[in-house]
Amino acid sequence: MNRGTTVGTAVSPASPGSSKPLTPERKPGQTARARRNKATMIAYLFLAPSAIPLLAFVVVPMFRAAWASLHTWNLISPMKWTGLSNYQELFTDQDTLVVFGHTLYYVAGTLPLTFVGGLALALGLNRAFRGRNLLRGVYFLPVVTSWIAVAIVWRWLLNPSVGIVNTVLANFGIDGPGWWTDPTWSMPSIILASAWKDLGYVMVLLLAGLQTIPTDVQEAATLDGVGWFSRLRTITLPLLSPQIFFVVIISLINGFQVFDQVYAMTGGGPNGSSEVVVERVYDLTFRYGQAGMASALSMLLFGVIMTITMIQIRGERKWVNYA
Amino acid sequence: MPKSKRTWILAAVLTAGAIAMVFPFVWTVITSVTSGAGLSATPTLIPEDPSLDAYRTLFSTTTFARSVANSVGLALAVTVIQVTTSALAAYAFSRFEFPGKRAAFALYLATMMIPMQVLLVPLFDQMKSLGLVDSYLGVLLPSVASAFGVFLMRQAMVTVPRELDEAAMLDGAGHLRTFASIVMPNVRPAMATFGIFAFMSSWNAFLWPLVILRSDELKTLPLALASLQGQFTTQWDVMMAGSVVSIIPMLALYIFAQKYIIQGVAGSGIK
Repeated sequence: MNRGTTVGTAVSPASPGSSKPLTPERKPGQTARARRNKATMIAYLFLAPSAIPLLAFVVVPMFRAAWASLHTWNLISPMKWTGLSNYQELFTDQDTLVVFGHTLYYVAGTLPLTFVGGLALALGLNRAFRGRNLLRGVYFLPVVTSWIAVAIVWRWLLNPSVGIVNTVLANFGIDGPGWWTDPTWSMPSIILASAWKDLGYVMVLLLAGLQTIPTDVQEAATLDGVGWFSRLRTITLPLLSPQIFFVVIISLINGFQVFDQVYAMTGGGPNGSSEVVVERVYDLTFRYGQAGMASALSMLLFGVIMTITMIQIRGERKWVNYA
Repeated sequence: MPKSKRTWILAAVLTAGAIAMVFPFVWTVITSVTSGAGLSATPTLIPEDPSLDAYRTLFSTTTFARSVANSVGLALAVTVIQVTTSALAAYAFSRFEFPGKRAAFALYLATMMIPMQVLLVPLFDQMKSLGLVDSYLGVLLPSVASAFGVFLMRQAMVTVPRELDEAAMLDGAGHLRTFASIVMPNVRPAMATFGIFAFMSSWNAFLWPLVILRSDELKTLPLALASLQGQFTTQWDVMMAGSVVSIIPMLALYIFAQKYIIQGVAGSGIK
């Protein structure tokens, strides 16, 4: 490094040599084409260590998932071609509707909580006061922890008989629900834990946006006597729209892939009351030996995620105010 | 209301919220030192008779220590490998013109949209035919490359002045040498940010290890934690001890690298 820096300063950007394109050691007799070919070879060599694994473990499996979705397959005996019948069965199967319904329930419950909470935190922590960096750090803390650890912690907090939440509720004379042991409350329990864990994530994304809003606009409006709420509605939120849009999209994409917390908090139960799409893919493959059906279901999931991504790409142009 | 008073109230409300946010962690630690919590004892805010019994039970009756070692080893390996493969590709994308460059970069970006959840079945089948089910290599292989890492490192590398490379090359350095001694030292912040995320995502990974690992000796921490639930159904002190052991390394990393982590999230939306 030291050597590099010294050499770098010796040849200043203004020196005539620097405006020429990057040319490796030039051997006499080497043609321009040979040099280009050599450079291409070197570039491919630098790409290979990541390109080959990405092809082998992302691109190829993606096609194989699509292929497997057209077969009956139990991972052991050879695949049997069945065309679109897996999809047909999925579309008529009540269970598909149920797991997508639970997944939507999860998204519809978590997104508003983290969005409203994260926006409030971002607005509050965008003000200047002592200790705000510490507070930002604390709110973000759950984001970096393992979902499995957090899920077990929340099972303990929400334990129906001896958990702290129901103990506190009982002190106020409230008979707490059965939380993750009760089919009605299993999904709300997962949503509560997820909102706690993701709040700081949404806060950080929105804070990044708030910090790009010039303060003079806000100050001018304040001097003109515009109230806090009007300023939020007419200045802050419109200028924050790129980040708001991004938060909604990324929460939808992440939300449809939900698995860890469901697996560790409820295992999809009780009575399948919290089973989500990915859990169903897992069960179909490793419990019921229906890998073909599981592949078809994961292709449906992929379709949903791709649709959301397309909305993001198109919407960013149309919907968002990049003032 | 005067402005200073309003700010004071705001700070007080936000502090109360922050205390509520950390409470689950505090309660976890308290429970882990309350011997018999959930069975014979009820944890209290100030533990009456703190003991490390739960930690002793955890490490003496399970392969938890081994799982800690597995997670540390795998996370370190994934970090070193991903940073290396990503930086090499980023160098190619930022320093060369070659046929198919745009298409290749688009393909890298496209792979970021495909979640692991969709690839579960074929990946498992691939590992099965390679004989890698229930092996470290089976866990590791799908995380050798990271398109996100390539993207992040490339963004940093295009800002490194080309004059630096040229000077080194006039001096007789080849591409590998220029990469290692000129470009890499100039993208240390991006390398640190990405390295931290690679470590965190390996440490917290659950779905793929769950699918590919079987034996207790190979299990990573999240898998070991999940199976504690079956083994210690109502012994909450032991389960909370397990959670504490799994959370503490991330907490330590977070305290030291908070700046990088928050900037990384704010800049790219990864978590």
